[in-house]
Amino acid sequence: MNNMPLSFFSTGEKGTVENILGGEKVSKRLYEMGFNKGTEVKVMKNDAGPIIVSLSGYKIALGRGLAQKILINKQ
Amino acid sequence: MNTIALVGNPNSGKTTLFNALTGTNQHVGNWPGVTVEKKEGTLNFKGKKYNIVDLPGTYSLGAYSEDEVVARDFIMKDDPDIVINVVDATNIERNLYLTTQLLEMGTKVIIALNMMDEAKEKNISIDIKKLSKELGVPVIATVASKKNGIDDLIKEAIDFMGREKTSQNKIDYGKDIDLEINRLKEVIENSNLNTGYPAEWVAIKLLEGDEYISKIIDKNILNIAQESSDTIAVAAMEPELIIVDKRYEFIGNIVNKAVKKPKEEVITKSDKIDKVLTHKWFGLPIFALIMLAVYQLTFAIGEDILQEGLNAGMEALTEAIEGFLINVNAPELLTAFITDGILGGVGAVVEFVPLIMVLYLLLGILEDSGYMARAAYVMDRIMRSVGLHGKTFISMLVGVGCNVPGIMATRTLDSKKDRMIAILINPFISCGARLPIYLVFISAFFPKHKALILFSIYAFGFLVAIIMGKIFSKTLFEGESSYFVMELPPYRVPTLKGTLLNMWDKVSSFLKRAGTVIFAVVTVLWILSVLPYGVEPYSEASILGKIGSFIAPIFKPAGFGTWQASVGLFAGIVAKEAVVATLGMVYAGVEEGAKLISAVQGAFTPLSAISFMAMTLLYTPCAAVIGTVKRETNSTKWATFTALYTFAIGWIVSVLIFQIGRLFGLS
Ligand SMILES: Nc1nc2c(ncn2[C@@H]2O[C@H](COP(=O)(O)OP(=O)(O)OP(=O)(O)O)[C@@H](O)[C@H]2O)c(=O)[nH]1
Ligand SMILES: [Mg+2]
Repeated sequence: MNNMPLSFFSTGEKGTVENILGGEKVSKRLYEMGFNKGTEVKVMKNDAGPIIVSLSGYKIALGRGLAQKILINKQ
Repeated sequence: MNTIALVGNPNSGKTTLFNALTGTNQHVGNWPGVTVEKKEGTLNFKGKKYNIVDLPGTYSLGAYSEDEVVARDFIMKDDPDIVINVVDATNIERNLYLTTQLLEMGTKVIIALNMMDEAKEKNISIDIKKLSKELGVPVIATVASKKNGIDDLIKEAIDFMGREKTSQNKIDYGKDIDLEINRLKEVIENSNLNTGYPAEWVAIKLLEGDEYISKIIDKNILNIAQESSDTIAVAAMEPELIIVDKRYEFIGNIVNKAVKKPKEEVITKSDKIDKVLTHKWFGLPIFALIMLAVYQLTFAIGEDILQEGLNAGMEALTEAIEGFLINVNAPELLTAFITDGILGGVGAVVEFVPLIMVLYLLLGILEDSGYMARAAYVMDRIMRSVGLHGKTFISMLVGVGCNVPGIMATRTLDSKKDRMIAILINPFISCGARLPIYLVFISAFFPKHKALILFSIYAFGFLVAIIMGKIFSKTLFEGESSYFVMELPPYRVPTLKGTLLNMWDKVSSFLKRAGTVIFAVVTVLWILSVLPYGVEPYSEASILGKIGSFIAPIFKPAGFGTWQASVGLFAGIVAKEAVVATLGMVYAGVEEGAKLISAVQGAFTPLSAISFMAMTLLYTPCAAVIGTVKRETNSTKWATFTALYTFAIGWIVSVLIFQIGRLFGLS
């Protein structure tokens, strides 16, 4: 399997959401914001500060701590 | 009157639609979390009135933050006759998640498929009939910002109110969950508990771990629900996560049938702009430059062009009124009240309207463009390094207009700790009402570097705010700062009308305050300044002078221990504009026709001007802000704390400035 935390992805890389670790509340919040399983995620920016991802064209900034908890299946 | 509620994801255009329906001018901005409280208005249609309710945006009914609680509570408790679910057509999957929750609840829902212009631009084609059929609710395409589709929407909503719902497709939650839903449903139906909601829905909510439903349900049922959850968790996984998953599956099927998106993801204009504005190294300097440019332009346009005209007008008006008063032989006291109190005091505040107009206009353009969220993004690193949540910065940016909405904007923060800190430090962010003070003192002492000094004042306020934030997060509040997630909306070109309306809204409330609160303060203080009867007006011997002289020694170490400055600061607690109004009044009477600026040049030195500006920046916020702190924290203790600690900080900082400045030989 090719699962890696979102924070390990570099700018331009893509994958699909596999799982979200951490508390149920956080997971559910993220699911409800569009990070549900199987959603395609494209990393728009990952250098310093929060990571910016695009979920089918919609941009969301995520703190690094949180990005570590999102497991992505790399394409 | 029938109630129609507007519900939808943040930034989907609810308030824009609300304004179109009611003809009002509620605050619209291109960032998520603009609306944080419920707003009501009236729609007149074919001779009938309807109550329209605009709600804060929310991604789900789960209600993680205070603004979302407002939305959820209204939907669940107030039982609107119909809900207009505003769906952003460019991001339909995620927006429909909330829709599925609304439908499950049994609410009458009609969908306003908004932002159709942007969807078209992105080559997203949506089969509206099919979407409507699959969801089992009416769907109307709209472009709220251009008022397209509004009439159809109203007609359909009103028509639907009088009609029965058609049956809706049910979400298939899978065997494990359905079994438990049915079990719980029976338990609920057999108990004599009446929640007012469909039993099946309550069952789903219980498995979802919904806080609100858990609170209103009886303990026994709650225990059974817990057992059910455990059973599911053992067999598969956490039921709440399965439920979310299944809802998305349901939506996915519908979207597959009704929506066609281009396969290739294109690099949009927003992406290109973001490459620059959120750049690792350049992001912050660009933000600083943008703000500096805002202040430069404020002076360039507001002062050099507009204010000249206004001043000439004001002078002519003053002369005309004075001439008239002399002509009609008005009593001396009345003349003094009008010329010194109204014209000198209230006039000193009104004089700055052009500058404030331009500043609000520029900030409004930034807000409508989508830059707000980016500014918060680039500031997140700084905020995080002192233990603050990145979204705190949004509440600070809102606070630049006025700290009352600034403090309200903290509602979008999920954790109590983050929110409390954001509330307590917001008053250090300089609001529009404090602007006239700086403008007077900057014009009097630093006319060469106006924009730079003004920018530095705001930056200094921000610095004090984050230092206090750091201290609070280490001392007063336990716990972790919560995670950071924030949507970055696409850049949009602000509309002229929208920007002007936004600006007018703020300027008119500034003028209204000048005509009411400030007028009242000036009147009271004026009376105190000519009493006791026969005293030299505006002198130290007047009641006002005595009050001021009594306080003044406190401010002596800060370099502005005059009774006038003391009274001004005191009045500023009622409303910050009153500082300038008071100074304008007490100095206007002393020297015939003396302008406030020259009076200030006489009464202050450059150093004491700086320490006075620091004091007005930092000390106790106005009564409205203290009231807001009390309301939002639900505690008199924190409101009192805010009033006192800000005063202490203001005093300490201004004393330090003055004393250290003197050590360096400044005056
Ligand atoms: N292009 C386009 N822009 C729109 C449309 N409707 C609203 N907007 C813009 O979208 C942004 C958000 O609008 P708001 O009405 O503030 O959104 P809201 O749903 O009330 O947002 P919150 O209060 O933050 O939940 C603003 O910049 C609007 O001008 C539309 O149909 N088309
Ligand atoms: Mg709104």
